[in-house]
Amino acid sequence: MTVLVVSTLLVLAGCATDEPTTGASSSPSAGTGSGTGKQSKFFVRADYDKQLALLDTAPTGPAGKPWEQALNPAMVKTAKYKKPGPHKICFSNAGLNNPWRQVGFKTMQAEVDTHRDRISEFVHVDAEGKDQKQIADINDLLGKGCDALIVSPNTTATLTPAVEAACQKGLPVIVFDRGVDTTCPVTFINPIGGYGFGHVAAEFVTQKMKRGGKVLALRILPGVDVLETRWSAAKVAFDKAGVDVVGVEFTDGDPARTKKIVNDYIQRYGTIDGVWMDAGAVAGAAVEAFEDAGKPVPPINGEDQLDFLKLWKEKKLTAIAPTYPTYQWRTPVIAALKILDGEQVPNPWKLPQPTITQDNLDEYVDPTMPPLHYAMCGCTDLPGYPKRWK
Amino acid sequence: MRIARPLRLPGFRSGSLAPIVVILAVLLVLLSARQPDFFSPPSLMSFLGRSAPIVLLAAGQYFVIVSGELDLSVGSLVTAQVVIAARLIDGDPSAGWPVVVLLLAFGIAVGLVNGLVTTWLRVPSFITTLGMFLILVGAVYLWSDGAPKGGLSDEFRRLGRSAFEDVPALGRIPYALVVLLAAATLALVLTRADFGRTLVAVGGNPRTAELSGVRVWRAKTMAFVLSGLAATLAAVLIGGYSGVSFQAGAGLEFGAITAAVLGGVALGGGRGSVVGAMLGALTLETLFTLMNFYGVSGALEPAVQGAIILFAVAAASFRVPSR
Repeated sequence: MTVLVVSTLLVLAGCATDEPTTGASSSPSAGTGSGTGKQSKFFVRADYDKQLALLDTAPTGPAGKPWEQALNPAMVKTAKYKKPGPHKICFSNAGLNNPWRQVGFKTMQAEVDTHRDRISEFVHVDAEGKDQKQIADINDLLGKGCDALIVSPNTTATLTPAVEAACQKGLPVIVFDRGVDTTCPVTFINPIGGYGFGHVAAEFVTQKMKRGGKVLALRILPGVDVLETRWSAAKVAFDKAGVDVVGVEFTDGDPARTKKIVNDYIQRYGTIDGVWMDAGAVAGAAVEAFEDAGKPVPPINGEDQLDFLKLWKEKKLTAIAPTYPTYQWRTPVIAALKILDGEQVPNPWKLPQPTITQDNLDEYVDPTMPPLHYAMCGCTDLPGYPKRWK
Repeated sequence: MRIARPLRLPGFRSGSLAPIVVILAVLLVLLSARQPDFFSPPSLMSFLGRSAPIVLLAAGQYFVIVSGELDLSVGSLVTAQVVIAARLIDGDPSAGWPVVVLLLAFGIAVGLVNGLVTTWLRVPSFITTLGMFLILVGAVYLWSDGAPKGGLSDEFRRLGRSAFEDVPALGRIPYALVVLLAAATLALVLTRADFGRTLVAVGGNPRTAELSGVRVWRAKTMAFVLSGLAATLAAVLIGGYSGVSFQAGAGLEFGAITAAVLGGVALGGGRGSVVGAMLGALTLETLFTLMNFYGVSGALEPAVQGAIILFAVAAASFRVPSR
């Protein structure tokens, strides 16, 4: 009985939300033009311009080994760190809590194995995705006689003081993946970045879909810098091209939720002409949603995870896979050894960020690798491949 | 000054199905006004198919709630089952049925532990199942190193993803819907049997039930086992629908509880019907679909669920004096 009253109220509340559409999920009727909403507060114009320019920059370094290449390298002297080997190299890792980091770490271990003559000990500490643990980890490592310290920070601001403290100890510090707010590390290694990723995907979807088509943007979750940059670059591209973005939805990385959202949009608009994603994890689910609804799969982007690449090849999708390459996990080890030899290294060390397209898809699809493996690992020449990554 | 009296609307018996049917009807009318296509057979069938897991979970949750307990572990159980299935099957088509049997056994085991800890060790079920929730999340995380391994075979996924094609008039009937109808029939038979009535008596007044010779611990444990079984079926359907993921069961426990409560099952036990709980789940899904058609962000769904639970608990506390 009371439940009735309550639920009726809720039903009424449900109707009252007819006109709304705030922020993320704006409908075309809201009159915001393409429906991409407000620009992310993470958007930094200068960084965006820089990354887009880097996309067209030719890398320097050995051909075919992008993990040793650099874009516009500015070399720094490292003579003061020169030391006779073999070395003890320590690594404070933000976490191993997603497949990307799993693949990356295996790649790093394999890279270490290729230098067994020069690295006597490789110490790895996993912070399990916790800032506090990583601060303690770095502090502990400082008392362990490491010759070089590699840090993959969990978050930028919180880890900065810990990294600064490490620099003051006098040992060479190498930071990669996410950065820190200090220039004290010898080098900071990462690929071009999120703006490049989002831009490449948005341009592809815009060009490949029919003119005036409806685009659905699927994001994992809000508020994470690497993902926000991807979306904000896509927003700029979509707005510039006047693309009709009918929805921007968060999937939580959940395939069931993704399928439901895509299914809802297909029902609501009859058809969706392009899908943009900020990460590849649920691209397969989005493709399935079109198949299950009996609709052709529109131009879509994923990432270099094998489940998506296999699906792309098998279903002959119109697709593209920008990457955030896992081969960047090789570079810090290479950098550490160079620094301990007193060789110059680039700082920042910007790695190329290749895109998998229809033309080079076959190079990356390996049906024997597990679905969550990242093809852009640069690991096929490393010891233990492919078994170590399975 | 007058003391607040229980809210009472004329015409509706407590625990009656009428309210939820009315709500569902209103929602469907609103939906048809906005999106007449929704009632075309393919779209309706796909809606029913993808709602099957939550309806199953609501039915499972009904047994637990009506016996006076709560099962918070079903969402993590679904995740655990999907991850286990993926690891054991690992793309091997022949592994499907043996793995389903194993999952059912695991679901029963989890239900048994929930039930026995609650009844024998007298741990409130809220705590027991919260503990189970955390244990399952942690165990799955540890076992899979943070990322699910292996993959589900197409054969295993068929139950959750495929359908009887070319059915006259309806087009396609998802297997999930058939599974749901079978499970719903079974649940209905159970509630009409002695067991169902005993369960309601246990939830309504455990002391009286105990004194009249009912083995309360056994009835409650059975309820948890049924919830575990429902979660297993839901896991098979969800795994089939969308494949392996760590998020497979995230938040489903609250969806199931909201659905049961919306369907007139009283938190605290002793009142409600399994049909009500299942209609509650359908109503919830319809409400979310409606919200989508009206362009409301999907991010609002948890908030709506929370509001329903809060209102329902408040409503239930109004009822207490009238007992």
